[in-house]
Amino acid sequence: MSMTVFPSKTGAKDFAGALLDSAAATPDGIVGPDGKAAPKRFNVYRNNVVVSLCEALGQIYPAVKTLLGDEYFNAVARAFVTRHPPQSPVLIWYGGAFAAFIEEFPPLEAYPYLVDVARAEWSWLQAYHAADAAPMDPALLGALDPEKVGEARLEKHPAALLVRSDWPVLDLLRANRFFPEDAVAVDLSLSQSVLITRPDLDVEIRLPYPGGAVFIEALFEGFALAEAAGKAQSQCAEFSLSDCLSDCLSSGAFTGLTAGRE
Amino acid sequence: MLGETSSPKSDRIGSAIPARAGAGLKPEHVAEILRTEADIGFFEVHAENYMGAGGPPHRQLEAIRDRYPVSLHGVGLSIGGEQPLDKEHLQRLAALNRRYEPGLFSEHLAWSTHDTSYYNDLLPVPYDRTTLERVCDHIDEVQETVGRRMLLENPSTYVAFEQSTMSEIEFIKEIARRTGCGLLLDINNVYVSCTNHQHSPEDYLAAFPMTDVGEIHLGGHAPDTDDAGRPLLIDAHDRAVDDAVWRLYESVVSNHGALPTLVEWDNDIPAWQVLRAEAEAADLILSRAEETVLWRVV
Repeated sequence: MSMTVFPSKTGAKDFAGALLDSAAATPDGIVGPDGKAAPKRFNVYRNNVVVSLCEALGQIYPAVKTLLGDEYFNAVARAFVTRHPPQSPVLIWYGGAFAAFIEEFPPLEAYPYLVDVARAEWSWLQAYHAADAAPMDPALLGALDPEKVGEARLEKHPAALLVRSDWPVLDLLRANRFFPEDAVAVDLSLSQSVLITRPDLDVEIRLPYPGGAVFIEALFEGFALAEAAGKAQSQCAEFSLSDCLSDCLSSGAFTGLTAGRE
Repeated sequence: MLGETSSPKSDRIGSAIPARAGAGLKPEHVAEILRTEADIGFFEVHAENYMGAGGPPHRQLEAIRDRYPVSLHGVGLSIGGEQPLDKEHLQRLAALNRRYEPGLFSEHLAWSTHDTSYYNDLLPVPYDRTTLERVCDHIDEVQETVGRRMLLENPSTYVAFEQSTMSEIEFIKEIARRTGCGLLLDINNVYVSCTNHQHSPEDYLAAFPMTDVGEIHLGGHAPDTDDAGRPLLIDAHDRAVDDAVWRLYESVVSNHGALPTLVEWDNDIPAWQVLRAEAEAADLILSRAEETVLWRVV
C-alpha cells in the first residue's frame, strides 16, 4: 500500500460519496503532509457539510427544534440531510421536504403536530423570500357593481400562504418560536389553520375567522367570491362573509381582482 | 473594459471598491450600519443569500448599495467541479451583477456540487493538468456569461491529493495567465493551508502573483489537530482575525501597497461594533502602507 508507484486518482464521485456516509472509508489518494491517509482531516469536510446543513435546518425550523430539543433535532436533521442533500447551491431554497420526512419518521409518529409546525415554518420562509407586491386597495371591491361583486376573483399575493391544520399550529409557534418566554398555553385539542402574509417587510401570521380557511383556500384556488363564500358557508355555519373578506383584505393576502364578465 | 458596469441606478454611489477595509454584510447588522452611517469602505455579500425573489434581504441590500460600494462573492458555483457549471446558477449570478453593480465579483477555487447534490462546503481540487484545463474552461464561461473579470480565491484546505503534480501557487498562476481572471488573496486561507500542509506562509506569499490580486480577505480560524497530532487549522470565520494573519497582512500591504480588504465573520456573529473594529484595524494598516508609499515617492 505504502509502495504505490502510481498515485491514486480521487474523483469527485469518491469524495462526494464519502461525505454523507460516516461509515464509508476515506477515499483513496487523500493524504496529509506526510503522504499518509488522513481520515481525521477528511472528517473536517464531512463535519462541515453535515453540521452546516443541520444548522441551516435549525434556522428554518426553530419551533420544531425547540419542541424536539437540540440533541434530538440534530439527530433528525442529520438523518434528513444525509438522505436528502440540497439539490441547488441556493440554500435559502433547501429544506422544504423536512415536514414530509418527519411525517414518515417512525419515532415521531406520536407527535403528528410536528409535521404541521414544520409546514407552517416552511411557509413562513416562503413568505419571507417571496416577490414583493403591493396589497390590493380594498376600495377596488367597493367600486364594483354590487350585483357583480360575487363574480369577482381575487389575485393571490405572492407572499400569501394558507396552512390548514387539525392542530393548534399558531399556539405551538407562539410558544416555541415567537414568544418562548411567555409560557403560551397550548391546547392540543384545538385546530388552527393559519394565514401567512407579508404585505411589506414583516411576515404576519393570523387565524382566519370561522370558515375563513375554506374561504381563503377557495379564493387562492381561483374561485369567485360567491363560490368561495358558498363553500365556506356549507362547511361552517358561523361563516361571516363581511368579517372574512375584510380580514383577507387587511392581511394583504391579495394584490388585486378580476371583475366578473359584464 | 472588463470590470466596468453600466450606468448607475438612481442616486446610488459609484461601484468602485476603494483600497480600504470592508466588512461582510450580515442581516443582523444592517439597521445599525444604516442608523450610524458607518464609515466603512465597502460591504461584501454572499451571492446565494440574495437569490430569492424579494423580501427583506433585497430591501436591505438595496439600502446598503445606495450608500456603499458592494462586492459580490459567490460561494456555490463549484468552479472546481468535475461536471459542467450549473447554467441556471450562472445566470442568477449574472442577474445579481446587473442588479447591484458590484465593484468586484469573486468565486472560489473549489467545488461543492457533484451529480445533483450540493455539499455546502468549499471542497478541494487536485492540482493536476486535467483539473487545470477544466477550471480554466469554467472561468472562461463565467467571465463570458457575466460579462466581466472575476476574482478567484485561493482555498483553505485540510487534505492533499496524491495525484497533484503542481503546487497550489503554480496552479493559480497558470489559471490567471490563461483566463485573465484576477485573484482574491485570502491571507487567512494562506495561513490555514500553509499550517495544515507544513509550508511557510511567508514563502507562499512571496511567490504569489500579487499583480493579479484585486482584493484581500481576512478572517478567523479555529485550531484543531490532525491524525498525527499536528496542528490543523479550520477556516471557521467564527472569531477575530489571528495575530499571525495580521502580521502577514501587514507585510503584504507594506510590500505591495493598499488593496481592498474584506474582514469576514460568518459564524458566531458578533455585535456590529466588534466587526467594525476589525475593519478599522485593517484600515489602520492600509493607511500606514499608504504613508510609507508616499514617503518613498518623496
